[in-house]
Amino acid sequence: MISPLPQASSLAPGIDALFNAMLALSAAVALAVFAAMLVFCVRYRRGSAADRSLSPSRSLGIELTWTLVPLALFMGLFGWSIGLWQRLQTPPADATVIYVVAKQWMWKTQHPNGQREIDALHVPLGQPVRLVMTSEDVIHSFYVPAFRVKQDVLPGRYTQLWFTATRPGRFPLFCAEFCGTDHAVMRGDIVVMPSAQYAQWLQQHASQTLATRGGELFRQLGCSGCHGSQSTVHAPDLMGLYGHTVALSDGSRVIADDRYLHDSIMLPSLQIVAGYAPIMPSYQGRIGEEDVLALLAYIKSTTPEPAHEQH
Amino acid sequence: MSSTDPGIAAPSYLTAGEPGLAGWLLTHDHKRIGILYAVGITFFFLLGGIAAAMIRINLIEPQGALMSAETYNKAFTFHGVVMVWFFLIPSIPATLGNFLLPLMIGARDVAFPRLNLFSWYLYVGGGLFTIGALLLGGVDTGWTFYTPFSTLFSNSHVVLAVVGVFVVGFSSILTGLNFIVTVHTMRATGMHWFRLPLFVWAMYATSLVMVLATPVLAMTLSLIALERLLGVGIFDPALGGDPLLFQHFFWFYSHPAVYIMVLPAMGVVSELITCGVRRQIFGYRFMAWSMLAIAVIGFMVWGHHMFVAGQSMYAGIVFSILSFVVAVPSAIKVFNWVATLYKGTIDFHAPMLYALGFIGLFMLGGLTGLFLAATALDVNLTDTYFVVAHFHYIMVGGAVMAYLGGIHFWWPKITGRLYPEGPARFAAILMFFGFNLTFFPQYLLGYFGMPRRYHAYPEPFQWLNVLSSAGASILALAYVMPLCYLGWSLVRGRAAGPNPWRATGLEWTVPSPPPKENFALPPVVSEGPYRYRP
Amino acid sequence: MTQASAPLLAARASQFDDTEQQRGASALGMWVFIATEVLFFGVLFAGYTIGRLRFPEAFAAGGRRTDLLLGSIETGILLSSSCLAALAVRDVQLGGRRSSPWLLLGTAALGAAFLVMHGFEYHSEYEEALIPGLRYHPSGDPPHAMAIFFCLYYFITGFHSLHVAIGVALLSRLAVKAWQGAFSPDYIAPVEVTALYWHLVDIVWIFVYPAVYLVGRSS
Repeated sequence: MISPLPQASSLAPGIDALFNAMLALSAAVALAVFAAMLVFCVRYRRGSAADRSLSPSRSLGIELTWTLVPLALFMGLFGWSIGLWQRLQTPPADATVIYVVAKQWMWKTQHPNGQREIDALHVPLGQPVRLVMTSEDVIHSFYVPAFRVKQDVLPGRYTQLWFTATRPGRFPLFCAEFCGTDHAVMRGDIVVMPSAQYAQWLQQHASQTLATRGGELFRQLGCSGCHGSQSTVHAPDLMGLYGHTVALSDGSRVIADDRYLHDSIMLPSLQIVAGYAPIMPSYQGRIGEEDVLALLAYIKSTTPEPAHEQH
Repeated sequence: MSSTDPGIAAPSYLTAGEPGLAGWLLTHDHKRIGILYAVGITFFFLLGGIAAAMIRINLIEPQGALMSAETYNKAFTFHGVVMVWFFLIPSIPATLGNFLLPLMIGARDVAFPRLNLFSWYLYVGGGLFTIGALLLGGVDTGWTFYTPFSTLFSNSHVVLAVVGVFVVGFSSILTGLNFIVTVHTMRATGMHWFRLPLFVWAMYATSLVMVLATPVLAMTLSLIALERLLGVGIFDPALGGDPLLFQHFFWFYSHPAVYIMVLPAMGVVSELITCGVRRQIFGYRFMAWSMLAIAVIGFMVWGHHMFVAGQSMYAGIVFSILSFVVAVPSAIKVFNWVATLYKGTIDFHAPMLYALGFIGLFMLGGLTGLFLAATALDVNLTDTYFVVAHFHYIMVGGAVMAYLGGIHFWWPKITGRLYPEGPARFAAILMFFGFNLTFFPQYLLGYFGMPRRYHAYPEPFQWLNVLSSAGASILALAYVMPLCYLGWSLVRGRAAGPNPWRATGLEWTVPSPPPKENFALPPVVSEGPYRYRP
Repeated sequence: MTQASAPLLAARASQFDDTEQQRGASALGMWVFIATEVLFFGVLFAGYTIGRLRFPEAFAAGGRRTDLLLGSIETGILLSSSCLAALAVRDVQLGGRRSSPWLLLGTAALGAAFLVMHGFEYHSEYEEALIPGLRYHPSGDPPHAMAIFFCLYYFITGFHSLHVAIGVALLSRLAVKAWQGAFSPDYIAPVEVTALYWHLVDIVWIFVYPAVYLVGRSS
């Protein structure tokens, strides 16, 4: 037997309340309709002596009632649901950012301090966590039933979801979007730990931070050869760029957010910064999404005060 | 309604015209074409059913009892593609619709009979491509063909399958076109729009959706084929293209396609109920308008398939409210059918049992649809078995029940023979219970978090899967039964006479089976439908 | 298309009560068909619009690589062919017999000329290696997003050319029929319906022409 689904995130009770309300309402409607059908079927079966005079074939009042009452109920449910939806879609500003890279058929997660995990994610209890996710290949979907959260993970862009875990323990993580042969085994564990334990876990698995690793990659891959401050090549300076507005050669302006930086590395020819020649080579196929995230973390770390992040 | 004189014994459509196979394969008669479709649809229903059986057997054990992950993926893809495009979409419109639409409006045939036959050949041609894809090794993308998996990653025969669906799409466009023109221009004298049987309204609304939605699917699938063959295209993220664009295009067709499946079912059930209750439908005009409302609003809700796909929060809000709105006309219909029972004189023959079953299952499917329209709940439930259960309640509990009910109801008209009532009632009841045992556990599975398209699953989900598979075996039995006793009745069934149900409607004024030209004299209509007397 | 030719065999098909009903059915059938066509092309234009919003520069660069001169001549050809088609309908309506075969033939010939010119365009694009998937080595411009432009360009114009080719076949057949004196003011549906179809083909091109050839050159 399955135990009832645990409510392990701050949003779960609210979502379950709406679910239960809709369940009660649906059950009431369904039972009422079934009861009416049953009563009519017995009472008006052929051969029964029931009174059949004055059977109405239309009644505007009745029909408007069962048009407008459901409509009003539905709008109420819609309003209730949309409040929760906005909370689901709006991560708190102080959430810890953890990066997730999906690929056929595994989940790779990276903590800001540099800890990396496969098919597992350790998170602290009671603190909001925001996942920034992308895919190496096809569309996947990050689904944790106990948290009531799910978000598709797409190649070529970043999607996010957030939660605050409210119960320590291990909870299953599923891939919910069909992604090929081993879709069904693309699962993992979310491990929720009390803050102190989590801090300890972080320490045990400490390595260089994501930004440090990004800085190393920045040199190893030769990015610094052109984008470094001593470079003779005419390339945009990336220090402190994150979150600022960039003027492009076609006259438009974009905010240098995650997706812009990602595309500039992987598809540099798409958007050319005004005043520069399109000489940057594409890194598509040469580095993976995890390395791109490290590079992004490095570029972000060079911004003096944390700019408001855009997604 | 006035009747034409059936005294002159014209040969029936089954015996008149060219003899032999050529007389069928080259026929322009809408009734024969309806039969041709029925044969094709039954064949594909069996194929899709075999795939479904394989899926259910495999899921008895958590590690997968029967086949490898790869085979399983191909099985559910084949099940989806065949059942959606080669069974459900053509089921009621192309068989019962073709057979009955001209009879119900008092016409000799559809407006473009040759085009009608051509549609059937397109259907068969598309089917051959799809079967070809199966024989060569199958397709593993799911019936939704999501990019970039379908374009860049799948190693299976996606292009063949896509071409098959593309071709069959033209078949449904041309059928829709034919029906629209037929209803507009071929109605008998006195057959006003609001004297049309609701089945005709349903066919009309369905045809609008077929004609306006299917082209979007056809183009989208050709873009997939192009992208696969040439390695470039507009959905490829590696080029800066957008895989979400595919989902928008796909669901712009595939959500309205749900209404292509269920609107005809609503039309059939309206006919069955009125005859079974022997009284006028409650709220005829609301019923007619609500079908058009469903067809129109149905075009504006596709984004509710994409609440977690990466579209913006505001898109989610708009699609959510529209999805709640589109449920209103469906609710009206359920209430009106139930109200029709009030003060009727109810006969519980097999078609009526199917109709009652339809109302119950459609209502449960519709109510659970509300959960999925609520964005905050959909986040948790989408892509789980909750969705699988929901759309099977609508499509199998709804459309298939109505299709079988309609086949039983019009069987005497189509074949001239009566089917045996006892086995038919038994099969209908068995189907209802088998269906619920199969699919109700899937709601629970989804609620507990089992994602769909999993060939293996965590152990705690097992008992519900076993229940579901047990139900599926009962359901399979209930589907095979009509094949047997209907086949038997073709040989041994009693002669039906023109109107065994004492039903209203022009199709019952002609002999069974109807003559080739349908009506000896053009009928004249002087009153609305469903003027029943107990 | 097929329904346009369906009534060609007999003046009145047996399922209709009279020619008036048949004419109404043919025309409505073609209008419904046109509605589906609008959605066929609508998908492609939607794809074009989204691509263009995302990559305005690449789409403009792609547009500049198309052949404006040929494109403009093709536009003129299609517009005048539509005019001939309309004149042919008018001629049959007024009971004329002599000019309608030639007008229909002229329409078909202009359509064929359009196809030939488009063939030249495709050929030179092949020479310039601007065909993604076959031969694609553009220089100077952002190659990725421009590939999306060219994919859509070939898909839209190719699909449109397919329509032109079908139209040419239908029109040629009608021209022969008209020469044999098949049409009269009482039996005009095939001419009318095919002309409707031809106007649709023309109107689609009126959207293709600025989107493909002109917009990129505007700035």
